[in-house]
Amino acid sequence: MRGGLWQLGQSITRRLAHAEKKVLASRCFASEAELKKTALYDFHVAHGGKMVPFAGWSMPIQYKDSIMDSTLNCRENGSLFDVSHMCGLSLKGKDCIPFLEKLVIGDIAGLAPGTGTLSVFTNEKGGSIDDTVITKVKDDHIYLVVNAGCRDKDLAHIEGHMKSFTSKGGDVSWHIHDERSLLALQGPLAASVLQHLTKEDLSKLYFGHFKILDINGAHCFLTRTGYTGEDGFEISVPSEHALDLAKAILEKSEGKVRLTGLGARDSLRLEAALCLYGNDMEQHITPVEAGLTWAIGKRRRAEGGFLGADVILKQIEEGPKIRRVGFFSSGPPPRSHSEIHNTSGAALGEVTSGGFSPCLKKNISMGYVKSGSHKVGTELKIVIRGKSYDAVITKMPFVPAKYYKPS
Amino acid sequence: MATKLWASRAASHLRISVFRRGFASVIPDLKYADSHEWVKVDGTSATVGITDHAQDHLGDVVYVELPEVGANVTQGKSFGAVESVKATSDVNSPVSGKVVEVNEELSNSPGLVNGSPYENGWIMKVEMSDAGELTP
Repeated sequence: MRGGLWQLGQSITRRLAHAEKKVLASRCFASEAELKKTALYDFHVAHGGKMVPFAGWSMPIQYKDSIMDSTLNCRENGSLFDVSHMCGLSLKGKDCIPFLEKLVIGDIAGLAPGTGTLSVFTNEKGGSIDDTVITKVKDDHIYLVVNAGCRDKDLAHIEGHMKSFTSKGGDVSWHIHDERSLLALQGPLAASVLQHLTKEDLSKLYFGHFKILDINGAHCFLTRTGYTGEDGFEISVPSEHALDLAKAILEKSEGKVRLTGLGARDSLRLEAALCLYGNDMEQHITPVEAGLTWAIGKRRRAEGGFLGADVILKQIEEGPKIRRVGFFSSGPPPRSHSEIHNTSGAALGEVTSGGFSPCLKKNISMGYVKSGSHKVGTELKIVIRGKSYDAVITKMPFVPAKYYKPS
Repeated sequence: MATKLWASRAASHLRISVFRRGFASVIPDLKYADSHEWVKVDGTSATVGITDHAQDHLGDVVYVELPEVGANVTQGKSFGAVESVKATSDVNSPVSGKVVEVNEELSNSPGLVNGSPYENGWIMKVEMSDAGELTP
């Protein structure tokens, strides 16, 4: 995953696109002209966005600010990300919840209307097809967002199961929100800036909550969630209003909320110890191994009834053989596939994401180790370019989360 | 992975085929490799670093992997690595010879590569084994 200096652009792109490459191997050959553009493409370019191919889209990896400065500014003030490459969809019909519950680990029936949760689509072996944020709008309407790089396989998976479900008389249909754009507004100023643009009282909208409302005169889906560990929102806006909304957000913040690219987004999510599908979660990794057991509702643990439930429920009972953990380490920043050894040199696993933390000013990484070697404080070695460097297992998240929750 | 292989092959092909002609002198006394390293020659001693263009593309440098003093380096081959917040990049030696000094300052202040790529951000000094290597 590295190259010479001449390869810089590519190497950055490749690292970030790693998540998508297996799914999108064929699309990686797409030329610049074939890349899809979001409604904000020209806006990004006009603001100095360095556009790179990402999951079949041309997306800004950074703007004029360095990735370091962008990451820090998100936690100090705020960031606006264009994440329109991600795929939003609605499931409708009176049976949409029992249908979805066959495919994901979460207790969707148990969600209050207007709330959501992080969840995982699983396969028959208990591995992860994708991670997703699922919102129950109401009992017959679910809204979810899946990864851009997983879009095709996710939609094929859902569609296949939907056909057999409806053929047995189940009532469910879908709508893919390609008519909408998705903006993520994150950071301590997010709520006050957005409050300028809507009449709804955002102080009552807590982390994980969802509302359909008018923002800047456009009919939006608003979820108080994000991928940075900060308070913030994801705003699904009709694409014809996306540019006006982006401009209004930047203007209302008086320049403090900055356009932020995928580079800083990756640093932020790593500091928040959030999984990147394709790096930290894969087809062969179960949600239990990934540390997402909390997302498997109590009722789902008792009843099962989702793909791979036998494997997953057994792992909850007996404990998984490997576990996702976080590290601080010396030397160069670990990157995905750096080997993890114990202090005697025996292999324990691999790093799945790593880098230099702009906020902590030291190396942070996540990876999988054998159970038994997973306790916080365990000293290990991470091997980078043939040399072993000291590492220690650290609690996650690396930077504390600041989600807006009722006190 | 196929794209990566293709890119590597194309690039290494280019590098091999144009390497000797790939030096240009923009700032007096400095020569540049196509792979974005610079070299400054004083007799048989060569000082090596990365270009302003390279540091600008890399962004904030957070770690420089230095070679060991006494190590042999070969023209066009990797001798170390530069890490930024996001990317890892090999650094290739523009000359062949033995490493006689490395910039220890970079261990504590890797940002010198960004702030002063041609002066305080130098990476290594090499006693050249073939001074004719750099002749166009």
